[in-house]
Amino acid sequence: MLRIINLLTAPTGGVYYFHGCPVPGNTREQVNIQRKMSLVFQKTILFKESVWNNVAYGLRARGYSREEIYERVGSLLDQVGLSDLAKRRADTLSGGEAQRVAIARSVAFDPELLLLDEPTANLDPYNIELIEEMITTLNREKGITVVIVTHNVFQARRIADEVIFLDKGEIVEMGSAEKIFTNPEHEKTRLYVEGKVVF
Amino acid sequence: MTRLFEGILEAFQLIFSLDPDLLQIVFLSLRVSISAIIIATILGVPMGAFLGLKPEKKPRLISKIIYTFMGIPPVVGGLIIYLLLSRQGPLGVLGLLYTPSAMIIAQVLLATPIITGLSLVGIRSKGPEIVETARSLGADPMLATWTVIKESRLSIFGAIITGFSRVIAEVGAVMIVGGNIAGRTRVMTTAIVLETRRGNYELAIGLGLVLLILAFVINSFLYNIQKGGQAN
Repeated sequence: MLRIINLLTAPTGGVYYFHGCPVPGNTREQVNIQRKMSLVFQKTILFKESVWNNVAYGLRARGYSREEIYERVGSLLDQVGLSDLAKRRADTLSGGEAQRVAIARSVAFDPELLLLDEPTANLDPYNIELIEEMITTLNREKGITVVIVTHNVFQARRIADEVIFLDKGEIVEMGSAEKIFTNPEHEKTRLYVEGKVVF
Repeated sequence: MTRLFEGILEAFQLIFSLDPDLLQIVFLSLRVSISAIIIATILGVPMGAFLGLKPEKKPRLISKIIYTFMGIPPVVGGLIIYLLLSRQGPLGVLGLLYTPSAMIIAQVLLATPIITGLSLVGIRSKGPEIVETARSLGADPMLATWTVIKESRLSIFGAIITGFSRVIAEVGAVMIVGGNIAGRTRVMTTAIVLETRRGNYELAIGLGLVLLILAFVINSFLYNIQKGGQAN
């Protein structure tokens, strides 16, 4: 689903609307829409370059000036506590550090929409807390809409405002986090949020 | 064994005396092989990237053809270029036969499939994931492809080193299209063949040693660039 939203995969059916308009088939226009969002994959791929160059990648792709890149990357690395690692080769980072770099790289250019696929899978509790805090800050302070795909019901409860519960690709129930977690309408949702069954 | 030692001794004498004939042969060998490898890289790397990023089902036939051409015998490659460039051939009007240009063309034919095939394998292993990551960060198709090439630089340098090793040591194709003309198209490998036939084994061994030393120096240079890419 996230790949369809990010225009990396064409949907097999239906129409994809972005800002109320159907997405055009033209590659150039698709690139323009793609540049309004970014996706962090479950399996993080960082380029075999420095942390700094990784975070600067999206800015360079958008033609930002050298000064602007310097300013934005420097300030972002400060905010996420990665300044010390700026010159480190990205493929030598730990799992938690790599995920933080991947998220920082995806928000350096202020996307309207940030898509996260299982952003804390296989991470230790300390890094999970750091990343959840990072996601919440991006949403609350920078106003970036964040869509997270997660199997972790507790995580969804901790950080989501709106929840869509999917089963086998179909929407079972959607609504505010409060409603879904305290008063679900659907039996499947109730069993899942109570931890009685895993779909 | 005596011949071998005499050959080694003669090689050092040739190197340190800066024999003009030897230098001419060495420079022509380097000019032909380096030009060929540069052209083969320009052709082979983008082709390898293009094929490596296509879904595996589609380019299967073309991949098989490239893998086959990776093992093409140099004499067969030379024969093809000879027939194309000979006076009766479709490109005979260019008058390139028995010139260094013809030798470069023949070596490009031998090196391009190697660079394409090995780049293709390196790019196919991680390329699609890198393209998706680059595109999700706003890269257009051109930048995404360039990112894949940069990320696969270790495999690509490996491909270039292999291609260079093939052409610098190659004799059949350059012999056919170059003609081994003294002062014009004589390179180290063809000179070794000639001196062996003449019975000048010492000189042949000496040239062989020079060839090995040069191959070692150039491959070390490329290897250092490759390791540098790994460290930076």
